Amino acid sequence: MLEIKNLHANIEGKEILKGIDLIVKPGEVHAIMGPNGSGKSTLASVLAGRDIFEVTDGSVSFLGKDILDLPPEDRARMGMFLGFQYPVEIPGVSMVNFMKAAINEHRKYNNLDPLSASDFLKLMREKKEIVEITSTLTNRSVNEGFSGGEKKKNEIFQMAMLDPKLAILDETDSGLDIDALRIVASGVNKLRTQHNATIVITHYQRLLDHIVPDFVHVLYKGRIVKSSGKELALELEEKGYEWIKEQY
Amino acid sequence: MTKLETLQHELLDLFTSNKETITGQDAPLLNEFRASAFDDFKRLGIPTKKHENYKYTNLESYLTGPEYSYELAPLNFEVNLDDLFHCDIPELATRIALVLNGFYYKHNRPVDLPEGVILCGLAEASREYPELIKKHYGKYAKAENDSLVALNTMFAQDGVFLYIPKNVVLDTPIQIINIAFSLMDLRITRRNLIIVEDSAQGSVLFCDHTLCGKSFITNSLTEIYVGENTNFDLTRLQNENGNSTQISNTFIHQEGNSNLTTNTLSLHGGLIRNNTYAKLNGENSYNNTYGLFLSDGNQHMSTFTNIHHAKPHCTSDQLVKGILNDTSTGAFNGKIYVDKGAIKTEAYQRNNNILLSKTAKMNTKPQLEIYNDDVKCSHGATIGQLDTNALFYIRSRGIVYEEARHLLMYAFANEVIGKIKLEALRERMIDMVDRRLRGELGACENCKIIHN
Ligand SMILES: Nc1ncnc2c1ncn2[C@@H]1O[C@H](COP(=O)(O)OP(=O)(O)O)[C@@H](O)[C@H]1O
Ligand SMILES: [Mg+2]
Repeated sequence: MLEIKNLHANIEGKEILKGIDLIVKPGEVHAIMGPNGSGKSTLASVLAGRDIFEVTDGSVSFLGKDILDLPPEDRARMGMFLGFQYPVEIPGVSMVNFMKAAINEHRKYNNLDPLSASDFLKLMREKKEIVEITSTLTNRSVNEGFSGGEKKKNEIFQMAMLDPKLAILDETDSGLDIDALRIVASGVNKLRTQHNATIVITHYQRLLDHIVPDFVHVLYKGRIVKSSGKELALELEEKGYEWIKEQY
Repeated sequence: MTKLETLQHELLDLFTSNKETITGQDAPLLNEFRASAFDDFKRLGIPTKKHENYKYTNLESYLTGPEYSYELAPLNFEVNLDDLFHCDIPELATRIALVLNGFYYKHNRPVDLPEGVILCGLAEASREYPELIKKHYGKYAKAENDSLVALNTMFAQDGVFLYIPKNVVLDTPIQIINIAFSLMDLRITRRNLIIVEDSAQGSVLFCDHTLCGKSFITNSLTEIYVGENTNFDLTRLQNENGNSTQISNTFIHQEGNSNLTTNTLSLHGGLIRNNTYAKLNGENSYNNTYGLFLSDGNQHMSTFTNIHHAKPHCTSDQLVKGILNDTSTGAFNGKIYVDKGAIKTEAYQRNNNILLSKTAKMNTKPQLEIYNDDVKCSHGATIGQLDTNALFYIRSRGIVYEEARHLLMYAFANEVIGKIKLEALRERMIDMVDRRLRGELGACENCKIIHN
């Protein structure tokens, strides 16, 4: 599904990603862990197509297609979804209109007619239940004045609406209390199938108790320095990142 | 002589050599003001960029130019109203009046109005309702310190007169369509007077359109008096061709417990300059001055406000937003003036602008003159670009760049349009702004108005 080879990326001339290799197959859950500043969010942004980062080497193929020259909207409509570490507030754009536009752009891309108003509302209702979010949130402007937890739930809600093939969730667990964490994790689990894949970026083991990964990778200083099964997360939890830092 | 001085002399000459025709239009009360306005205009001259209020608006290149003709009397020109306007909003369709090149159109259909409400041309009003004219005409717009007001007063022959008597509530808005149409480039003078007596309510929509690609220079002036306990809204849609210039002065006088909102949407034009003066002359009054402008190409759009708190316990709120593209320029000059005795004043002002190109320019300047300590005042101005984080966020959901950009511009503009109270009108304006932002000239779909 996703194949990253020797990916290098810069921002403002500074190299942040220094040769990333990663293969994700349908049905898999990958966790990417690592201390702050190691380049996890940068990797997520580069995959989603943020143009402030410059890819200097390597390749990324998604569903068999080289995507590095595609704009973010094309990657999204191919089925990639980025759950933002810091969801953006957009005053004046209501969640409903935002989602309607997004859904219909996806449909247009797949040569489908726009969803009727009633079908759209039905879809909204259905997906809201998955993350237990209220109508008051979806009637407001996108993320405006949302609490930290509400913003993260809203990311999962959007993911549910758009039904991606690959979801990259960047620190969706940070700033969540236990209840919210449980809701978010169970939302993600409900959306899992053998056809889609998830990359969970986190630096706590906590989330991985709920969303059990098949692989755990440690990203440090722009490189994946260690890859293993889910037991690696426990080891990191126990020993912290110091031993990684010492080694690399 | 500078170009503006030459123009000033030409206009003085135009007046002098046509004085008889201008004064002969049977609007006696308007004539009484002409001589002193002539002197004022002669003394003041047309403001150059050295004038504090015109620092960022260069009138020279817009007011001077090749030959402009001037219509000294209404054209004998018939339009088929049905062909032109076919407003599909029931709430707006019933009360429409046309003003053609500044003259109230002779064949306007009679509109069904509540008892005592008067809607007619200003010239007619000066013959039929002299008491009302005497009491209000020229009382709020002062020619002695503003040459463009003087110029308007000198030439003013017609425009709209609206009178809402005491206790009368006008529940559907009156729509005034100002049309510029000519076979030659043309100067237009338009003069409106709106009187809302105590405890009355109403709302007016002005739509300014050019019907052809000729160049028009319009000097438009509106005086509004609202009495005690009144509620009045003026929405303005300015949508003229790119060769045209409009200087629009609005003078508002508010008595106590009144609530007045102006909302000016400048969608298109060569140069648009909106000056709004409001005097809060009675306690517990509210004034809202809202504006949105969208400029591109070489356009210039500027807003000048002067909100004068003369009495205690009044609140004013100003919100002006602009989206500028290409090499267009804009200016906001917002003044809040609080008298010594106007304690417990609340006065707010905000101006936000988005520059879509590196070559667009915006100047913004708040001006606060406050002569007592017991006031709540705030002002803020921003000039920025579209939020790139928000753009990326929207695109990451599959929404294409153009549409993402449109969503953000629309959201920005919507704060101003959202202030329009009447839902049907608000929806229509949303639609017009939406299409303007998509680069279509926002003529109403059903109005067969051509833009060039
Ligand atoms: N927009 C940016 N401008 C400049 N530097 C950035 C930007 N985003 C990230 N960086 C830098 O890239 C490095 C990696 O950051 P990030 O990818 O956010 O790490 P992580 O998500 O692992 O905490 C940091 O040194 C950070 O300062
Ligand atoms: Mg991060």
